[in-house]
Amino acid sequence: MSCNSIVLVKQVPDTANISGQVMRPDGTINRAKLPAVFNPEDKVALELALQLKDRYGGKVTALTMGPPKASDLLRECLSMGADEVCLVSDRKFAGADTLATSYVLSRAIAKLGPFDLVFAGRQAIDGDTAQVGPQTAEKLDLPQITYAEQILELRDGVITVKRRIDDGYEVLRAPLPLLLTVIADAALPRPPRAKRLMACKHVRSLPELERMVDANSLLYIDTLVDEYVQQGRFIRTLTVDDLEVEAERCGLAGSPTKVKKVDSVVLTGGNHQRVPATREGLGQLVEELMNDRVFG
Amino acid sequence: MPNFFTDNPDLLFHFDHLALEEVVALVEHDYQQASVYDDAPTDYADAVQNYREVLTLAGQIAADFIAPRAAQVDVEGNRLENDRVIYATGIREALDRLGQAELMGVTLPRKYGGLNFPTTIYIMAIEMISRADASLMNLYGLQDIAETINRFGNEAQREQFLPQFASGACTGAMVLTEPDAGSDLQAVKLQAYEDAEGTWRLRGVKRFITNGCGDILLVLARSEPGSKDGRGLSLFVCRSDETVKVRRIEHKLGIHGSPTCELQFNDTPAQLVGKRKFGLIKYVMDLMNGARLGVAAQALGIAQAAYEEAVRYARARRQFGQVIANLPVVANMLIDMRVALESNRSLLYAVAQWVDRRDKYGERAAQLRERGESSAEAGERAKQATQVAALLTPLVKYVLSESANKITYDALQIHGGAGYMREFPIERLTRDARVTNIYEGTSQLQIVAASGPVLKDLLGEHFAAAEAKEYPGHLSGLAAKLQEIRRLFLDSREVVVAKADKGFEEVAARELVDMYGYLFVGYLLLEQAQVDSRKVFIAKRYIVSALAEARKRAELITGDNFADVIHADKILS
Repeated sequence: MSCNSIVLVKQVPDTANISGQVMRPDGTINRAKLPAVFNPEDKVALELALQLKDRYGGKVTALTMGPPKASDLLRECLSMGADEVCLVSDRKFAGADTLATSYVLSRAIAKLGPFDLVFAGRQAIDGDTAQVGPQTAEKLDLPQITYAEQILELRDGVITVKRRIDDGYEVLRAPLPLLLTVIADAALPRPPRAKRLMACKHVRSLPELERMVDANSLLYIDTLVDEYVQQGRFIRTLTVDDLEVEAERCGLAGSPTKVKKVDSVVLTGGNHQRVPATREGLGQLVEELMNDRVFG
Repeated sequence: MPNFFTDNPDLLFHFDHLALEEVVALVEHDYQQASVYDDAPTDYADAVQNYREVLTLAGQIAADFIAPRAAQVDVEGNRLENDRVIYATGIREALDRLGQAELMGVTLPRKYGGLNFPTTIYIMAIEMISRADASLMNLYGLQDIAETINRFGNEAQREQFLPQFASGACTGAMVLTEPDAGSDLQAVKLQAYEDAEGTWRLRGVKRFITNGCGDILLVLARSEPGSKDGRGLSLFVCRSDETVKVRRIEHKLGIHGSPTCELQFNDTPAQLVGKRKFGLIKYVMDLMNGARLGVAAQALGIAQAAYEEAVRYARARRQFGQVIANLPVVANMLIDMRVALESNRSLLYAVAQWVDRRDKYGERAAQLRERGESSAEAGERAKQATQVAALLTPLVKYVLSESANKITYDALQIHGGAGYMREFPIERLTRDARVTNIYEGTSQLQIVAASGPVLKDLLGEHFAAAEAKEYPGHLSGLAAKLQEIRRLFLDSREVVVAKADKGFEEVAARELVDMYGYLFVGYLLLEQAQVDSRKVFIAKRYIVSALAEARKRAELITGDNFADVIHADKILS
C-alpha cells in the first residue's frame, strides 16, 4: 500500500550553539544573533516519513507555520526529498502558543486533503512543550501514538509502532489515519541531495514574492505568482483567508499562555570542599552523598 | 552548526574570486542543459550559486559528520577478514552519507548521474573532506577513476560504470604500483592477454593499492609480451570478482581509514580502456596528474586542520600567567602557518583553474574537430593551458605536501608535550600529512616533472607582464622584491645551464623550482593584496621570506654547493 504523509516541521533558534552575544543581560534571547535551524526531532519525523515512502510509496508533504523566513526550512525539506511543502503564514497567526498553533495547523491539514499519517517531532527545542503534536491530533479527532521510535509495519490500513516508555518500550497497533510524534533516536535524518538542493534554490513562498514586489515597482504579485507556479517554483502558502478559522482562536488572541516573567539564572561556582584522596576521604564523601540522597 | 566551507574565510575568499566564467560556459555547453535537467544552471551567476549551495552542503557534512568520526577511524582502521576488507565504521558511514548527498560524482556529466562541476569546485570539496578526515579523502578522491573512464573509455564503458560511481554504489581503485614498479611504472609486469574467446584477462600481483578492495578497478598491465618499457603497457577496467584476491592490507603510519591492499589477479576478465599501448604514456599520466592535484588539496586540508588545532590550543593553554598565543614566539609561529596556508591555497586554486582550462578547452577543441569546424582557437587555449598545468601540477603537489608536513610539525610543537600524546588530534594529523609528499610521486619526482618547464622559463612572459604592471605605493616595495627574486632565478638558471652537468642540474632543480614557486605565488598574493587589505600582511610576510629563501638558494647554486655529489662514494664511505 502507498502511504501519504504530512510532516509538521518548525524552524527554531539554534539553542545547541549559543554564543556570547545571544543572551541579553536581562536573560531574554537576541534572536537576530541566533541562527535558525530545523527543529531536530521534526527532521527525524521527516526522515521517518521519507523512509516510509521509500518502502511503500506515496507522497510526503512538509507543513510549517511561521514567518516568511520559515521558507528556508521548507526548501531544506524539498532538498531532503519531500514531494510538496506548504507554508502557513500570516501576521494574524503570530504570537501563537501551542493551543492556537495546533488549531491553525489542524485547519491547514484539513485543507491539504486526504492523508494516511501525520508526523511531528516529539517537541521543539525552543519551547520543549511536546504539546503541538497531541493537540493537533485531538483537534482533528485522530488517534495518536507519541514517542514513536520505530515503524515496524504498515499493512491493510493498520500501522504497528514501537514506542518509547519510561522503562522500556511498547508495541502498539492502530488504524490509519493517525498522528505520530517521533523521538530523536528514531532515525538519522538523511542529508540534502545536491541535485535537489540546486533545483530547489529558486523556489519561493508567497511572502517572499511579496517582498520582491515591494522592492521592485515593475513586478506585480499576481503575474509573479503565476510565473512561479508555472515553473514549479512556488511554495504553496496558506494565509488566514485561505483557512476556515475563527480569528479569535488564532495567534496572540487565541493564546491563553502568557509569559509572566523571565528570570535570568546565572550559575556561579561557590561552596566547594576539598576531599583528600585517601580511603578515609573517599569514604566520607560517599557517606555524605548517601546522607544527601544523591545515591543510596 | 559547524561548516568547513562557511567557517573558512580564506576558502570563501578564493571561491568569491574564481575566474571560471569561460570554463563554466564550456562545461555547461553554453547553458543548454538547463532545459533538460532542473539542477542545471541558466547562466554563470546561477552556476556559482549552485557551487556555493553544494560546497556548503559538503562543508556541513565534513564538519558535522566526518570530522567527529576521524579519531575513531584512526584507532579502528580497516580489517581483512576472509579475503574481504572491512572498512572502519566511520569510513563506511561517511561514504554512505556522501553518496546520499549525491557528492560522489562531482565532475561527471549529468547524464551519468554526476553534478557536472568544474575540477576547481571538486578540489574545494576535497580540501574540506581532507580537513575532516584525511584518510577518507583517499576514497572520496577516487572520483578521478571515473573521470578517466569518462575521458578515455568508450560509451558502453561510460554507461556501464559511471552511474555506479556517481551514486556512491561502487568505489574504485587505480591499480598501478607493483613490488618492483613504484616510482618507475615503466617496469610494470602484470600480464594482460587475450583468451581464446578474445576476452582480455589479467594475471599478476599489484602492491600498495589504495582501496584495492574497490568494486571497479583500473589496472595498468603489460599487453605487449616481450616489451620492456612504458610503451608496452595498456589500461584496463574490470570488476572485482572472485578472481581478484586481496592478499594483505598494509599497516601504515597514518591515513588508517584508507585500506592499502596487495592484490592478486587470477585471469580476471577485463576491458581495454582507450587504445593499446597508451596505458602509461597517456591515460595513467592523466590520471596521476588529477590525483596529484587531489593530494595537494588533501595536504592543504590536513594543514588547515592542524593550524586550527594549534590556534585553539594556544588560545586555551596558560603558561607564565597568560595564554601562550600571546607569547610573541608562538604568535609568530601561528602567523607563519597562516601565511603558508593562504599562499598554498592561492597556488592550489590557481592551478585547479588552469587544469579546468586545459580540460575544457581540450574537450571543446575535440568536439569542434569532430563536427568539422575550426578548432584552432580552442586548440591554442588548450595547448597553452596544458603546458602551464604540466608545470604547476607537480609544483603544487610538491609545495603543498612539504608545507603540510612543516605546518603539522609546528602545530604539534605549539602543543608541547601534550601534542606528542594520543589525546590531541595533532599527532594523527602529523602522521597523516607524512604520506602526502610520498605517494602519487615523491617530492623528488615532482621536482623532476616541474624542472623541465622551469629551466625553459615557461612563465617568463607571465612574469615579465607582472613586472611591467604598476603597483600602488605600499605594494611597490614588494613588487621590487619579486623582481629581485626573478633576477636571482635567472642568474642561477644561467649558472646551471652553463655547467652542462646533468647531475648538478638534477640536484639544483630543487632550488630553481622553489624560486619559481616563490615568483608564481608571490605575484598571486600581490594581486590579492590589491583587492583585500588584510592580504597585504600575507603578501608581505610571504614575499620577504621568499626573497631570503631565494638568496639562499641562489647562493647554493652559484657557490657550486652540489658539485660534490659525484664524490658521494667517498663522502659516504
